[in-house]
Amino acid sequence: MTNSAETKELTLTEELIAYIEEWKDKPGNLIMVLHKVQEEYSYVPRAIAFEVAKLLDIPLARIYGVITFYHFFKLEKPGEYEIKICMGTACYLRAAEDLIKEFETLLNTESGTTTPDGKFSMEAVRCVGCCGLAPVVMIDNEVFGKLNPDQLPAILAKFSR
Amino acid sequence: MNIKHYCLVCGVSGCKSSKADAVYHQLLSAGDSSGLSGEVQIVKTGCFGLCGQGPILKILPDETLYVGVKPEDAEEIVKEHLVKGKPVERLMYKTPKETKPGQSYRKQLRLVLRNCGVIDPENIDEYIARRGYTGLEKALSQLKSEDIIEELKISGLRGRGGAGFPTGLKWQFTAEAEASQKYIVCNADEGDPGAYMDRAVLEGDPHSIIEAMTIAAKAVTASHGIIYIRAEYPLAISRLEIALRQAREYGLLGENILGSGLHFDIELRLGAGAFVCGEETALLASTEGKRGMPTPKPPFPAVKGLFGKPTVINNVETLANIPLILDRGGAWFKSIGTEKSPGTKVFALTGKIENSGLVEVAMGTTLREIVYDIGGGIRDGKKFKAVQTGGPSGGVITTDFLDTPIDFDSLTAIGSMMGSGGMIVMDESDCIVDVTQFYMEFCVDESCGKCAPCRIGTRRMQQILNRISKGTGTLDDIEKLKSIGLATQKASLCGLGQTAANPVLSTLKYFEKEYLEHIEQRKCRAGKCKDLVSYTIDAEKCIGCTVCARKCPVHCITGERKTAHTIDQSKCIKCGACLEACKFDAVKIA
Repeated sequence: MTNSAETKELTLTEELIAYIEEWKDKPGNLIMVLHKVQEEYSYVPRAIAFEVAKLLDIPLARIYGVITFYHFFKLEKPGEYEIKICMGTACYLRAAEDLIKEFETLLNTESGTTTPDGKFSMEAVRCVGCCGLAPVVMIDNEVFGKLNPDQLPAILAKFSR
Repeated sequence: MNIKHYCLVCGVSGCKSSKADAVYHQLLSAGDSSGLSGEVQIVKTGCFGLCGQGPILKILPDETLYVGVKPEDAEEIVKEHLVKGKPVERLMYKTPKETKPGQSYRKQLRLVLRNCGVIDPENIDEYIARRGYTGLEKALSQLKSEDIIEELKISGLRGRGGAGFPTGLKWQFTAEAEASQKYIVCNADEGDPGAYMDRAVLEGDPHSIIEAMTIAAKAVTASHGIIYIRAEYPLAISRLEIALRQAREYGLLGENILGSGLHFDIELRLGAGAFVCGEETALLASTEGKRGMPTPKPPFPAVKGLFGKPTVINNVETLANIPLILDRGGAWFKSIGTEKSPGTKVFALTGKIENSGLVEVAMGTTLREIVYDIGGGIRDGKKFKAVQTGGPSGGVITTDFLDTPIDFDSLTAIGSMMGSGGMIVMDESDCIVDVTQFYMEFCVDESCGKCAPCRIGTRRMQQILNRISKGTGTLDDIEKLKSIGLATQKASLCGLGQTAANPVLSTLKYFEKEYLEHIEQRKCRAGKCKDLVSYTIDAEKCIGCTVCARKCPVHCITGERKTAHTIDQSKCIKCGACLEACKFDAVKIA
């Protein structure tokens, strides 16, 4: 929950307000609302979490507790393109670690971080469910399968334009 | 319109990522330009199970199966096969050791996957045409609640999520509980790494889940259903949304379903990436919008579940069986598979296997049949080492047990477990200690931290495994692993902790020798534990081709052309690139 200067300006979009209105009276709505927030902003900004707490009448601490429990929710803004390297068992056995190392070299950043220009963020994720194509990398919603490290520069080039 | 051919293109996640969409569009345009419009119907369908060889295309009525189809192949297929009637041999499916196309399907029995790869999952009419919703109709018009549960009990169906609890009994507990509101929950939070059976069903046959949940609603008198699905499966989510909408339009969900007086509807709730939510009490907490932490059982969810109300929770594959059981009868289902585990099981066969993909076999099929007859054996001519079933909760099965008929009880008896259906094949180049450490790291990450045995036990086991793989383990560590493992098994609150030690205990049982090699000789026979490995070049065998020197990412191999090369050990990062590159067998692991 950093970047206070940036997040202060963020306000709830109309779509989000309508969505919260729709879900407000349904029990157990918090996770669904957080999904919508993340869909909108690509992470859960602190300022927005405050608004959600008010609208749903849920303490901020509980929202924070839920966000940090689940891998899916992010507190920091990810890169423009999110590189997810599958580290499920099938991919692990087929040397997915080599892909992580190669991405780290190519992007000059560590797994779990974002490049300084905000273009790419990379993280190792659990099974994306394409085990037949191991090892697999997902960039945004596009899946690249049966990869070896030599193919990565060309894939990155596709997104670097 | 007189349709002569149907082209079924796999349209689920695995094949989509290998450009199946482009194949679909190329087929459409090639069909049009060959003047076949009206004679050929091109459909996007569900998983054929040959995910390693996608994109997959099947042509009906002659049942030709094409694999690895590229967009540019579409025109040839249309011109040769559809126009001239000559199948394109080079693209036809074959496994390496077999000659007849389609042989690996022979040992399979597709019940759960009955519609996957056959129907268009976005079209309810196609599901209905394949006897879809017949089971529901029967349940609503001919059967009382008790009859439905009785039919399930006769079938002997056991939960496919891992534990194998009898489904009929589960439903009966909820049916007998008194409450103003009851819930039907579908567990579609498939978190086991290396398993994607549920994804295939949700993407390829979503109506089967809706039908089954509605049958459950009648059996226990529930009015509200929830499908808890992983957010990581966007295609499955959108297919379910379409299917729910269509079911409502057809009066198969909502008020007074098929005039029977049953009111029932289903909504989707998204998971957010927590393996522990596969545990039913944790899943319910998450559905209630909380941190997904388990609670002690009893009370069981069947009696006190979602929002404190009686709740039926079944996993996707379990539900997919239910319409069939209602339609064809429990006795029919009972006749398939083994005495104590009737029916079939879908496995995600992955790892070092020739044909990776989804396979569905009758319970009681042997592992040998799955790995060799269906899977085509080990990749790259390597030697079989073990199969891991049940993921982070399961164990390994070695060569000695290849002929064990697989069902819930036989796998438990040999120290593994059915789990949700991940089946990962390992060959001689995989290190047992390394893989076990991988699973333990997973459990450490995914332990919710609520109970100490799981939170601390998994961490301690992971530290010990890490030590062994670095060559600093001691013989005491073996005993420590065993005692911590047993304590974690016995004292943990939920299924995650109770099974987290299984990979350790099972590999210690069958591969203790490899653990000892790591400890006593500081040796990793597979060459995976980097701290125990060094690469050298055999001067006798090296012809100085320079390939290894060029491949080395840190440039630590030196030598003149046509003279033997050497590796600078102080710079070597042990990546193994030289070993892979050498064609003369000159690079050795020590």
